Amino acid sequence: MTAPGSQPAQQGARSLDPHLSRYAARTAGMTASEIRALFAVASRPEVVSLAGGMPYLAALPLDALSADIGRLVATEGLTALQYGSAQGMPELREQICEVMALEGIRAHPDDVVVTVGSQMGLDMVTRVFCDPGDVVLAEAPSYVGALGTFSAYQAQVVHVEMDDAGLVPEALRAALAAVAASGRRVKFLYTIPNFQNPAGVTLSVQRRTEVLEICAQHDVLVVEDNPYGLLGFDGQTYPALRSVEADNVVYLGSFSKTFAPGLRVGWVLAPHAVREKLVLAAESATLCPPAFTQAVVTRYLTQHDWKGQIKTYQEAYRERRDATLSAMEQHLPSGCTWTKPDGGFYVWLTVPEGLDTKAMLPRAVTQRVAYVPGTAFYADSFGSRQMRLSYCYPTPERIREGVRRLAAVLEGEMELLSTFGTVHRRNLSGPQTPTPDTA
Amino acid sequence: MSDRWVAVLSGGLSHERDVSLRSGRRLSAALRTAGLTVEEWDADGGLLDRLRANRPDAVVVAMHGGEGENGSVQSILEMLDVPYVGTDSRSCRRAWDKPTAKSELARVGLNTPDWVVLPHSTFRELGAQAVLDALVERLGLPLILKPDQGGSALGTQVVREAAELPAAMVGCLAYGDTVLAERFVPGVEVAVGVLEGPGGPEALPAVEISPQCGVYDYTARYTAGLTEFHAPARLSPAAAEEVGALAVAAHRLLGLRDVSRTTAIVGEDGAVNFIQVNVSPGLTETSLLPMALEAAGRSLGEAFAELVERAVARGGR
Repeated sequence: MTAPGSQPAQQGARSLDPHLSRYAARTAGMTASEIRALFAVASRPEVVSLAGGMPYLAALPLDALSADIGRLVATEGLTALQYGSAQGMPELREQICEVMALEGIRAHPDDVVVTVGSQMGLDMVTRVFCDPGDVVLAEAPSYVGALGTFSAYQAQVVHVEMDDAGLVPEALRAALAAVAASGRRVKFLYTIPNFQNPAGVTLSVQRRTEVLEICAQHDVLVVEDNPYGLLGFDGQTYPALRSVEADNVVYLGSFSKTFAPGLRVGWVLAPHAVREKLVLAAESATLCPPAFTQAVVTRYLTQHDWKGQIKTYQEAYRERRDATLSAMEQHLPSGCTWTKPDGGFYVWLTVPEGLDTKAMLPRAVTQRVAYVPGTAFYADSFGSRQMRLSYCYPTPERIREGVRRLAAVLEGEMELLSTFGTVHRRNLSGPQTPTPDTA
Repeated sequence: MSDRWVAVLSGGLSHERDVSLRSGRRLSAALRTAGLTVEEWDADGGLLDRLRANRPDAVVVAMHGGEGENGSVQSILEMLDVPYVGTDSRSCRRAWDKPTAKSELARVGLNTPDWVVLPHSTFRELGAQAVLDALVERLGLPLILKPDQGGSALGTQVVREAAELPAAMVGCLAYGDTVLAERFVPGVEVAVGVLEGPGGPEALPAVEISPQCGVYDYTARYTAGLTEFHAPARLSPAAAEEVGALAVAAHRLLGLRDVSRTTAIVGEDGAVNFIQVNVSPGLTETSLLPMALEAAGRSLGEAFAELVERAVARGGR
């Protein structure tokens, strides 16, 4: 627009980004976001953050680890600080097979590819399988970091309903039929069967076989993402989908929750032919996963009581889960419902009709409590009545305080609702791309 | 090379923490380039102890929203007698509260779009629909809703249809308990920085803001490339002079000090309208004051280094 009384422009417009015309179309959603800005406040200690899924690392034997890492550099530094193979260290791949055996998986180390966190595994799997416009099926809701990856490769996500027993087989059949009817192709089903992020629910053993059968019938690959499987509170593990079906499942694993996320060590277990492609994809992405952090994990698995450490984590998270659920029972207003996880990090809260968890996030931050709005976990803007609460990091006392604050936020919103009636809220500007706070 | 050392305060707990941290980083780098010794401090519970134990020659407040602009941090600095760049605590309060600033300017006959201030309690006690109807009757549509305090356009919305009003109100009230509703003035939005020097406050060249999506919201503000800027603004000499005069008048009238940034709209009728003034303007890569300084041929570091000298000479007031 030209200003009233204007004169010809003295100089051209400045867009502040001279590369604007050069970007790929897939960067269209990469913009600043009010939501991300609000999460910057959540990192302050005054705020009880029930947002980030950060493991409770204070439970680790840091002194012993420190000494061990020192010895690693002293004795194996020349290999630990050197380039390595794109597939990952053979010794670690053998150990990974032992870890997976705890959930019933029989695998050969040759079929394991070590990745920079399982997020890189997800990225590679999507890169290898998805062309723009391909359909990926994912639970409703699903992991925000996975949705971000699918979006980056311009895949279309179709959500499949879940209930307290996980993915609903009938809904899976219906989704497959609907996609087929639309003339599109489903490349894979992405699922987190154990203590799901964000819903906290677990796919029942009975349904596991059914889900695999449906996918086999429809020639759809299953991508099983299992970062939380060993974190069941009663120590129970569930048979991995990969333990039932080896040829049609690509399995993603991670040491981020059972050891430490800062090491960024995850893996993919894939059928032989897929594994070959993943190694080439990994090579072009990073040359090789970090030799140093692989060596740290290898020494940890060799020299520490890692199964005992998992038990320590289980107990810490059970105590936090209990604190969360009892505080919710005590403080949250009627009309709220939530899942009751048996493991993992997350509770999925549904608030009363008419409230919008994304729109009320600024009020929550003002009250010094943070959560992740439910819409972050959908590719189709559903989830406005839901939020994910992470209990993994704060102490039980802080969790109780956080839930008390959250209850006050909800009461304030309900008062607004009673003043203005049910309204369709605006969206806070910008996307909800994953960050370490939301992932 | 200056022997001054300054603490740049940024972060804090406001909704604008992220923007403030970016402002603080950029300003710190600019001041270092200008030869000053700089430490970047988050405004947290350890601030008083740090100020007592390691007193800088001056503090530069690069906090946005909340404590950084409502006079709270300035009050602390005044109590501790620490020199600082920027407006004193009492005047911060006047500028921070948008309706107060508008009232002050309107009182002396300066243009500002008609407005109504409504706390949530008014809607609750008198009935939302009746109040909303009266609001539309008074201001017409479209209208602008914004929190009465705060910046970065957080919570700000343009309402074009009466049916959108309840939702917009609820969205706005998520940022605070009181809404400022303002008549929408179509025209060209400009930001005018004011910098004080030996000759008093002087306006920098106006920066014209032209967001691709038509609304200069949070995303348009902080995503490089989503908004086009013209610095100096494509205004006639008379209009450019008028917006500059308005910014200086707001700066003087509200008792502001060292630096401020006024937002104004040059309406389709050519009238210049005051929208709001900011005592701690954004200094990020996409912020307006650094663009205005560049258009004036000045660097961010050099300009703020001069303000540091003014603050040191003034002492902790």
